[in-house]
This record gives sequence, C-alpha cells and structure tokens, in this order.
Amino acid sequence: MTETTATFVNVGERTNVTGSARFKKLILNDDYAAAVEVARQQVENGAQIIDINMDEGMLDGEKAMVTFLNLIAAEPDIARVPIMIDSSKWHVIEAGLQCVQGKAIVNSISLKEGEEQFIEQARKVMSYGAAAVVMAFDEVGQADTADRKVEICTRAYKVLTEKVGFDPNDIIFDPNIFAVATGIEEHNNYAVDFIEATKRIREQCPGCHVSGGLSNVSFSFRGNEPVRRAMHSVFLYHAIPAGMDMGIVNAGQLDIYDQIDAELREAVEDVILNRRDDATERLLELAEKFRGQKGQVQVKDMSWREQPVNKRIEHALVQGITEFIVEDTEEARQGFERPLHVIEGPLMDGMNVVGDLFGAGKMFLPQVVKSARVMKAAVAHLLPFMEKEKEELGTVDESNGKVLMATVKGDVHDIGKNIVGVVLACNGYEIIDLGVMVPAETILEEAIKQKVDVIGLSGLITPSLDEMVFVAAEMQRREIDLPLMIGGATTSPAHTAVKIEPVFNLAPIIHVLDASRAVPVVGQLLSDEERPAFWENTKANFERIRERRSGGVAKPRYPIEEAREKRTQIDWSDYTPPKPLQPGLTTIDDVDLAELARYIDWTPFFMSWDLKGTYPAILEDEKRGEAARTLWADAQAMLQQLIGEQWLTCKGVVGLWPANADGDDIIVWNSEERDEEAARFFSIRQQMIKDNDRGQTALSDFIAPTDEGKDWVGGFVVTAGHGELEKAKEFADAGDDYSSIMVKALADRFAEAFAEMLHERVRKSIWGYVPDEAFDNEALIKEEFDGIRPAPGYPSQPDHTEKETLFDLLEARERTGVDLTTSCAMTPPASVSGLYFSHPDSAYFAVGRIEKDQVGSYAERKGWDLRKAERWLGPILNYDPNAL
Amino acid sequence: MNREQRLEKLTQAADERVIILDGAMGTELQTFKLTEEDFRGEQFKDVNSFLKGNNDLLNLTKPDVVKEVHRRYFKAGADIAETNTFSATTIAQADYALESLAAEIAREGAKLAREVADEFETEDSPKAVWAAIGPTNKTLSLSPNVNDPGYREVTFEHVAEAYKEQIAAMAEFSDVFLIETIFDTLNAKAAIKAVKDWEFESGESRPIVLSGTITDQSGRTLSGQTTEAFWYSVRHAKPWAVGLNCALGADLMRQYVVALSRVADTRVLAYPNAGLPNEFGEYDVTPEEQAKHLKGWAEDGIVNVLGGCCGTTPSHIDAIAKSVKSSKPRIVPEVNEAMRLSGLEPFVLG
Repeated sequence: MTETTATFVNVGERTNVTGSARFKKLILNDDYAAAVEVARQQVENGAQIIDINMDEGMLDGEKAMVTFLNLIAAEPDIARVPIMIDSSKWHVIEAGLQCVQGKAIVNSISLKEGEEQFIEQARKVMSYGAAAVVMAFDEVGQADTADRKVEICTRAYKVLTEKVGFDPNDIIFDPNIFAVATGIEEHNNYAVDFIEATKRIREQCPGCHVSGGLSNVSFSFRGNEPVRRAMHSVFLYHAIPAGMDMGIVNAGQLDIYDQIDAELREAVEDVILNRRDDATERLLELAEKFRGQKGQVQVKDMSWREQPVNKRIEHALVQGITEFIVEDTEEARQGFERPLHVIEGPLMDGMNVVGDLFGAGKMFLPQVVKSARVMKAAVAHLLPFMEKEKEELGTVDESNGKVLMATVKGDVHDIGKNIVGVVLACNGYEIIDLGVMVPAETILEEAIKQKVDVIGLSGLITPSLDEMVFVAAEMQRREIDLPLMIGGATTSPAHTAVKIEPVFNLAPIIHVLDASRAVPVVGQLLSDEERPAFWENTKANFERIRERRSGGVAKPRYPIEEAREKRTQIDWSDYTPPKPLQPGLTTIDDVDLAELARYIDWTPFFMSWDLKGTYPAILEDEKRGEAARTLWADAQAMLQQLIGEQWLTCKGVVGLWPANADGDDIIVWNSEERDEEAARFFSIRQQMIKDNDRGQTALSDFIAPTDEGKDWVGGFVVTAGHGELEKAKEFADAGDDYSSIMVKALADRFAEAFAEMLHERVRKSIWGYVPDEAFDNEALIKEEFDGIRPAPGYPSQPDHTEKETLFDLLEARERTGVDLTTSCAMTPPASVSGLYFSHPDSAYFAVGRIEKDQVGSYAERKGWDLRKAERWLGPILNYDPNAL
Repeated sequence: MNREQRLEKLTQAADERVIILDGAMGTELQTFKLTEEDFRGEQFKDVNSFLKGNNDLLNLTKPDVVKEVHRRYFKAGADIAETNTFSATTIAQADYALESLAAEIAREGAKLAREVADEFETEDSPKAVWAAIGPTNKTLSLSPNVNDPGYREVTFEHVAEAYKEQIAAMAEFSDVFLIETIFDTLNAKAAIKAVKDWEFESGESRPIVLSGTITDQSGRTLSGQTTEAFWYSVRHAKPWAVGLNCALGADLMRQYVVALSRVADTRVLAYPNAGLPNEFGEYDVTPEEQAKHLKGWAEDGIVNVLGGCCGTTPSHIDAIAKSVKSSKPRIVPEVNEAMRLSGLEPFVLG
C-alpha cells in the first residue's frame, strides 16, 4: 500500500460556532472571508479533519453551512482535508453532504429518536458516501456508565452493519466524555467509564473507531489552563491505548505527558483514573499553584503593576494603557527633583522603546497613537507643576524642536497630518498644528512668530498641490529658510521634484511618504551634522527624478479630434434609457447610522492608519494582525457609541435630470421638453493610446446623444460630517488624539457608506432601473452592479470645479449643509459627491494625461482662459505649460 | 440470455481475461460526415437552435448510423457497447434547447445498443450494454464565476434529478450504469445517489461502473482530487469496476491507472484517448501503437477492462482486443481494514 495510515486523528474545531466564540461572531457578521481564514489556519496548524458546525439560534444553519462549504471548496489549501459536517439538525447535515466532493464524516447520528429514524439517516449517510459519528445516546438518554455506553454502541453497530449494510470502518462511536472533578461523587468515574467502554467497544465492534470531545473532561477547571492541559494529556495517555483513535482536540491545549510537573501529573492521574476518594480535593488544592502559569486564556495579566515605576511607565506606554498613568507619573514626580525630569527620564525612555519598536516594524501606527495618548495624559498631569516651577524659577523648557503642521488653503483633510503630528510629538518634538484650510500668509507668519524649525504641509485633493507650490514660492520670496516637509495622499516625490523644489532652494524639501518616515526625516533635518549630507542626498534624488521625467519623451497621444472619433461606442438604437421614478431633487435625511454601518468598506479605514492590507484578511496578518485587531476592536467600540449617541448627522441630496450628450459635454435639460439647457457637465476624454478596444472614453459617452434617445443623468452629495469636527475637537482638547483621529476616520467611512447605500437606493427605487437587485456588501464593494457614480476630481473627471455645477443643480448647500472651499474641497470633510450614470456599459476609467489641444477645447467650452484650465488640470497635463 | 445471466457470464469472463470495452462514438460518427440536416432529420427540421454536434440526438434522427458504429465495434472484438447517451440529460440538452427530449434520447440510445448487441451475442459470448452517463456541462464543486467562489450554477438535487430521469429511461436496455468522464466527483456522487434512489424506488438494481478523468499531469481531476481521493469519494457505490478515461493518452495515463490499481478493491478499467490531439484536433496514435501500450498494462496486471476514448476507432479496438487476448486480468486486491476519507487528498485512519 502506498497510502500513509494515521493512528490517532485530530479533528480541528475552530470552525465550530458552538466551540469558538470568534468563529461564531464572524459567521453572525456574515464575514465569511475571515471565517475561511480560520479554516485555513486550522489546516495549516495540522488539523487532519475539520469539524464545521453552524448550529446557532440566530443563524440560518443550512444556508451558513452551504455557503461556508462552497467557499472552502474553492480553497485547495483547506479542501485537501476531509470535512466533518457537524449539526444536531438533519437537514443541515444533508445540505452539507450535497456540497462536499470528498468523503466526509457526519457528526452525528444516534438512536436518540429510535431505531427507525436512525436507520433512515444512516441509509442517507451511506448514499452520500460519508462516514458517521454515532453518539452513545438512545431512547432512554445519554450513556454515562461504561455498561450503558457499550450497550448502546454495540446495538447501534448491529443495526448499522446488519440492517443498513454500513461499512464498519465508517462507524465512529462517540461514547461521551463528561467532566470529572465536579464535586459530585457520581462524576468521579466518568473518565474511567469512557476509557473502559472504549476498550470494550473496539473489541466488540470490529472495524469501528472511537472519538470524543476532549475539552469536556476538564470543564470544572476552566480558567486554569495549566491544569486543563495536564488533564487532557493524561486522559489521552490512557484513552489512546484503550482504542480512542479520533478526538476533537485543540493542539494548543495539550502538554507533553512526560513534561507535566510530576506532582501535578500524579494528582491529575488520580482524578482521571479515579484512584482515590480525595483526588478531586487534592487536585483543586494543587491547581491554585498552577493557575496563571503560561495560561493561554485572556486573563488580564496585572503582574506588571509590581515592577518599579519607570518600568510601569514603559509598559503603559508600549501597551497604550492609560488606566494607571496619572498615579504612576505622580509617583515618579515625587522621586525626581523637577517635573521635567519625569518627561526627560522615564517618559522619554518609554517613548524611545515605542519609537524603536515602531521603527523595527514591531509596533504599528494605531498602537503608537495610543502610546501618545498615554504620554499626553502623563504630561498633562505634570504641566501644572511645571508652570508653578516656571513661575518660581523663571526657567525655559526645551524641546527637541518645533514642527509646524498645516493642511493648506482650500483643503480640509487632516487625518494624515494629525497622525504625523502625533508620531512626532511622541518623539519629543513640539507640534504647532494650525489645522486645516490654512492660507500661506498664516503659515509663514506663525512659523516666524513661533520660531519653528520645520514646516510640514499636507493636502489630499489635487488643487492642494498647487497651493503647496505657492507656499514654497512665498517662502523663497520672503527668504524663509526653513526645511519644508510635503505629505498627503495626492503628493508624490515626482510632483515635489518637478514642481516644488525648483521654486525653493533656501532649505531642504522632503516628500514624506508616511508617518513612520517623518521621525527620521525631522531628526536628520534638525541635526547639524546630518543635515548637509541629507540635503545633498534629497537634492540629488529630486534631480534624478526630474532627469528621468524629461529624458523620457512624453508618450504619444491621439489628437483630440481623433480621440473623439475613437470614442467608446454604445449602441443606442436598441436601448431605451430608463426614466427615473422620482425625477428632480430628492433630499435624504432619514439615514440611520446603524443601517449605514453595514455598508462600510473597512479596507480604507485600515489604510488611513497606515495598516496596508485588505479587510478582513488584515486581522489575521502575521505582522500587522495584532495591531489591526486592536484598532478594529477600538473602532467597533467607538462605532457603537457613535451610533448610540448619534454623534453624526447624515444628509444627502439626489438629483435626476433629463440629459443628452453633446460631443464631450453632457447637457442637463430644464425639463423633459428638452428644449432649454439648465447646465452642462463637461467631460474630459482619454487621449492615451491603449491596447484595448474600449475606445477613448469620456463620461459623456455613457449618455445618449440628443438624436439617440431621452437619456438621464444624476448627481448626489452626501455627508456624514455634521458633528464630526466638534467631536474630534472634543477629543483633541482632552488630549486624546487617538480618538480624535478615529472619529474622523469613521466619519469618512460613514460618508462613503452613505454614498454606497444611496447609490443602491437610487438604482432600486429613486431612479429604479434595477428594482430587483440584491447584493451583499462584498458585491457592492466589488461594484458588481450596473451604473457608476464618478466624482469630480477623481480619475474619470479630474476637474474639481465640476462640483460647482453639481452643487448648484442639487441646491446642495441648502439641502445638505455641505460647502465647497476655494479649491473645491467639500466641507465638512466627511462628504462625498458624484454623478450617476445608469447605462450598463458605463464604467470607471482614468482619463490619464491629456494634450494641449483638449485643454484648449475644454477651456473654451467652460469659458476659461487657457491658463486657468492648465492650473485646474495641472496634474493631468501631458506637457509642461511653462515650456516655451 | 437475460440480464442476470449476461452479467454473470461477463463477470466470469472478467475473472479469466481482460475484457474489452468499445472505442469512441464521436470519432467514428465523424466518418459519416453528417450535416446539420442529418442531425435535424425530419423531426427537428424547424428547430431554432443549431443541432450539429449533438451526437446523442442521432439516436432519434439517424438511428441506423448509431447502430452501425456499435456494429463496427462488436465486429472489432468489443465485449461491451457504451450507449450513445453521454449528454442525454436535461442539463446537457439544455444547450440545444432539447431538455424535453433528454429522456427519449437516453432511452433510444440504450435500445439501439441492445439491438446491435443482440445481433452479436451468443451463449458463450455475452455482449453487454453499458449505459453511458456523462458529467453534464455543469459542475457542482466549482464556481463558474472567479469573483464569487461560493456561487454554484446548479444544485446537487437538480443534478441528481436529471440523472435519475436519464437512468430510469435507460434501465430497460442496460446491464450496467457507467458514470464516466468524471471531472467533478460531486457530480458523480449525485449520479450515484440517483442510481441508489432509482433502485430504492423501482426495486430493481444494476451494477455501477465509475470512470474518472485526470485532466492533466498535475494528476488531479478538474475539481482538484488525486486519483486515490477520487476513489475514496465514490467507493460507497461499491462499483463493479472503477477506472479512468479521456483527457490523456495511454503514456500519460499509465501512472494514474497504477495508483488506482493499488488502492481499488474492485476491477480496474481504463480507456485512454488515442494520444493527445494534434494541431488539427486529430488523434495520431495508431492502432498498433495503442495496442502495444495497453498490452503492457495488461501484462503488468494493472487492468481488468480496456477500451478507448477520444480518437479510438474500431481498428484500435481490434488491435487492442487481439493484443491482450491471452493476457491475465489484474487480481483484485483485498485492502486492509481502515476508514478511508478524502478531501482533495486521501486520508486513511487504520
């Protein structure tokens, strides 16, 4: 025989809702992707068979079983092992059997409801080609003594082999492992009963197997893992030779028999084998000694409280625990001469540990921000003492350096900026945060007045890039020779090299990719020794980037006329544009936060904390998983409170208007007569030469031209931001930047979720072109539906100013309270806007870079001069507008 | 002779020699150069869909051609005819919008094979009809949509129902149900369930023969199982024989037949393609080459039944039958007591 044969098989039980609270939660939350990962891990960790159980009152067990089995069938790493289909409900078992191609095990059938039903179920198990676990349970009840166990199992064996024709090798008896050492005398012999019954069953029922759920036996010692592990090991040590060859055993809950403490092992053996009358009492007594040792249970380990105060502070900082920080800081203060020494001593020492761990990739951003919260609380406690000292002594305190941070004029996004600020503050820098929408004059005046050492500029939307260039040029003009840090989602090394650095040469300019880079960068900028070399390096780097860009000839593009001829073709002749059920404007103010929460796409939430990875896989990520789980837990906790206390108010407006395409423009008609224009949306056409045959797309291609049909276009603005800034400020003022950033990050998610939910409502009822659509959230995130909602300022239409037209048509300011800044950023920031297109062929695309011929045409259509168009379209120009 | 006698004689023959299954139906039908009009016949002159290629439909429109193919194989020395019913299920016929005819096609297919078998059968030489049950064109273990791995196009019950209809229609003229070209074991399990359910309801019974398809040199079925895992998944059918067919030529298939031969406690059959298709979609392996290969299998004692799948012609079967005439069949091994489970891979608990 070539096959390898096992002698004891370990069944994994983490994919069991009755056995794993975590798995249950994932399934109840419909988070099947994470649930599949649980199965994968289990197999990776050596489970030879996986038990799957969906018996949970809140659940459609049959549906959950089918869904899960179908999903893992697609995962070869999981599907390679046999499945144990576990349910007390026969219909769930049968549904499961219809999903597995391999030979599975049914868990379980029994004589509980009588022989007739037992035979019927056994026949069906056989017709699906599965093995079966048979419980030692009959019409009278569950077997407890060895005799009863043997009696029921031999009877079942006879029925199965003689009446049903079941293969004896496919019978697995489960003669019930019950808890021992419960204090009830009748229970003392339960383990012995199992072991003895196992032996007799294997003898009297040739071919059969014996299995059991191991964790039951130690049930009375829950919370005391060392004792439980010892009991499991001792039990198996005796049960396996007796013939138990299968078990539901958590491999992490086993000790090596020989390595169990001798005293404990003997006491456990006394209990398992029922060797002395006082065995239970003796083990109970001894158990206390082992409690908490290497325990794997999540008890709060408070032993760190016994360490010296500086170690306690370090622990609190690394773990982000605020609970004791004030008392510890006070204790430390009393031991030092000056309050400042507490900061310079234990607090900075602790933060250095945090910094080192962060730098080494062993801590992650959310954890660091939590550390900062602890730090702030400690400093807040010391501040009054320092003020008092200052009054008395007239001293001046020093910091590592001052960094001014600001989100530039026209932009309201500040999550990234705040995170950088917090991380720098953690490292001993003083942060002057000017907030959002800060004009260049204010930035420069404050920089001089406050004598800062570095200026940091942040921005998320594309017009902010220009504003940053402007700030740099102003610094040059006013001869302000401070280093300039550039960061934010749309910024890039290329833009910094090509646009910003050439206008400012008095001090280093650095593009900072993410928060973790900010600390070493500022460190080098402020170090007299390192700065010259660092500056040379960055200059050389930018030079290289510029060379690379100028060296490469701009990629050829189609002239705009040719691009228009090659436009994306939609066959309108066979298509009737759907007429909206509710044309005109519809205000949305009935949105429930709890309902919205279901639509949240969490992946970007983790991104906003620099945790890159897809939700939910990131929760299990080897490196980032721990940080992600903690962040997730904190986010869920805040989410509950946010919903419960209604921190945010959501408002939205939808407009659906008669429309037709006119070349690259979309005409919005005043009425269905279609004889008077209300407005025009202008679109921009792809000019890059592509190797697919989708044509050169502009948004107007998705709308029927005037002579081709009565089409419609839609638009929307939604916000979840009312209340966001107030709440964030509340937290920030209390020194809790972590929660402050969290509120903003959540509000952003709610706004996106609102947009998603509203799009669904538009498709189903307001426009109503797909009334019967039913997608789950995953399908929504993957955009598996007809129609798109592109936003001005994003790749399909990079011109932010189109929002002006949209806002006017929607009366958005009045109806939603959302406004536009000078750069056309929406405020409050947690807002989303866009157009709606219903045609099934409409799709998101990126316009890419465009040529001067189109910019000229666009400017003419919008009534702009070329300069203005080049400014707003700066990021997508395929030429240098300043070149001669 | 009646069915019981025939099965008994066939089983006896199988104890003494390697018995011979026929070759490909499709390849042979091509020699008749049938046109769309031929496939339609008078009955389906006005049907909207394109029917050429629906070989099973010829049971109704060109029964003489189908019978002629069976005849050629029996002449070449086959012991067993496979019915021309590979796609005679409501699921597969839906491609031609002929679901409603699936049962009739199946029944006629079995009947034609029996009629020809009767022409050749003598007291000493039983000629059996194995009712071919194909995999259908839908798969129960795989999602057709890569973005939605949990999605299934059909349900187990739907597939089992379609099979049961086919089985009931063919039963009268069939000696064995041959569930073949199994690329998804779960489809095969639905077919087995359908046979068992039909047996339970009709009170009749038929032996089952199972034949899996290892799609390429990964050594796995399309649904991902190894040969052994496939066997453990279908062993409950207690088949008269289990084997492999299609997808591979004899050279590439051999190792998987060996693997199956080691673990299968029943007869083993194999009917490989006549090599792999060349750039014109034709099969190049000559009757002599194929016969030489398969004779080796017989002499190595790894098979009990030999035949041919795609590209195999009556000349191939003639050569194979002659070459293994004096070969001893594989001896069915006894396997030790153990629980044999499987996922995509086998698992044995002794």
